[in-house]
Amino acid sequence: MPSMRDIKEKIASTKQMRKITKAMQMVAAAKLNRAQATAENYSAYADKLREVVASIASTSSTGSSSKHPMLATRPVKKTAYLVVTENRGLAGAYDSTVLKYTQNLIQEKHASKDQYVIIVTGKVGLNFFEKRGYPVTLSKTDIPDDLSFDDVLDFAKQILALFDTKKFDELHLIYNHFVNAISQTLVDKQLLPLKDLESESAAKVNYVYEPDEDEVLETLLPLYAEGQIYGALLDAKAAEQAARMSAMRSASDNASDIIDHLSLSYNRARQAAITQEITEIVGGAAALE
Amino acid sequence: MSTVHTDIVTPAGKVYEGDVHMVCVRSKSGELGILPHHLPIVAPLEIALVRLKHEDEKIVDYVAVHGGFIQVSRSTITILSEAAEKRADIDVERAKKAKAEAEVQLSTLHETSDGYAEALLKLERSELRIATAAIDDSVPEA
Repeated sequence: MPSMRDIKEKIASTKQMRKITKAMQMVAAAKLNRAQATAENYSAYADKLREVVASIASTSSTGSSSKHPMLATRPVKKTAYLVVTENRGLAGAYDSTVLKYTQNLIQEKHASKDQYVIIVTGKVGLNFFEKRGYPVTLSKTDIPDDLSFDDVLDFAKQILALFDTKKFDELHLIYNHFVNAISQTLVDKQLLPLKDLESESAAKVNYVYEPDEDEVLETLLPLYAEGQIYGALLDAKAAEQAARMSAMRSASDNASDIIDHLSLSYNRARQAAITQEITEIVGGAAALE
Repeated sequence: MSTVHTDIVTPAGKVYEGDVHMVCVRSKSGELGILPHHLPIVAPLEIALVRLKHEDEKIVDYVAVHGGFIQVSRSTITILSEAAEKRADIDVERAKKAKAEAEVQLSTLHETSDGYAEALLKLERSELRIATAAIDDSVPEA
């Protein structure tokens, strides 16, 4: 049975912890708001870009011989996985879902290490893969919470350059998609070569391409692919903040539970001590009679 | 005179939105001046100044657009770019610093080495920013 003083100390330290988790929850909530606003701004750009790419893709697929390398499917010798994790942890199952999924996927699909490479963002993911000896070709661990396009541009360009030089033939994005503040879902989608570009948009416009289709695709597709990577990172960032927020909320709740529990045992211990004292006094008085 | 709705969109959000009479851009294949009811067209852009002329010829908006492309459809014009700034939003000090940095980089690098192209782009961008910010807005009386 722990003494009263021990319990008191425990209560105090748990209270401190609850203060910290509460603060972290609020910080995450504020950052989530900002991440959502950025994602909203970006979606205007992404929608437009997608519209143009789709309209070109739908016209070029009918007959034209133009095949941009980013559109052409080539025999897959190596697959790259872009795995998005975060730097700090303390976000519940945010990283582990992504990492476990990737691990299983690789085990299922690939027999040897020559068949795939890993591109990873975030320290948690990088440590995970390096410890287990996965072939990590590229990593980025300095992604700020307040993500801007410039932060990602170099990274995205590096990835595209690796694809261009045939270091890999397929690129998959694996990240947590932000559904709402309390739920995130895992997304695994193929980015390169680009496919499923034909959108459902009904309004088809026949554009004139200046100077020609290939030239336009040459600038458009990298822009689109970079945009997609940025979009995925933004999405993952929002999901991270949401995951951290709910993780910290449940941590605070747990701390409150523990404090309640400890207060109960403290009061019990206090009463037991009082009872004992009274018994002693009564016993002492009885002995004198 | 008629106008056409024009947006300039970047990943960071809409930089410009408005109804204008003429959009002048520099595409990879040359200068384009686009009036309302233009044929639908898509063209990649150079790192260059975009001029947006309003209905009364006296008001012109200037936007520094760093690459990307222009998309003209039946009723709207959209310029999509990785970065764009309105004239008023340009940070001249920063641009000057970037220009100096780029020049230093260029002087130490060889044409074939890594980073040369990037430094060149950086120089181009900063020069565009400075040039755009320096435009004299007063319209001469015709």
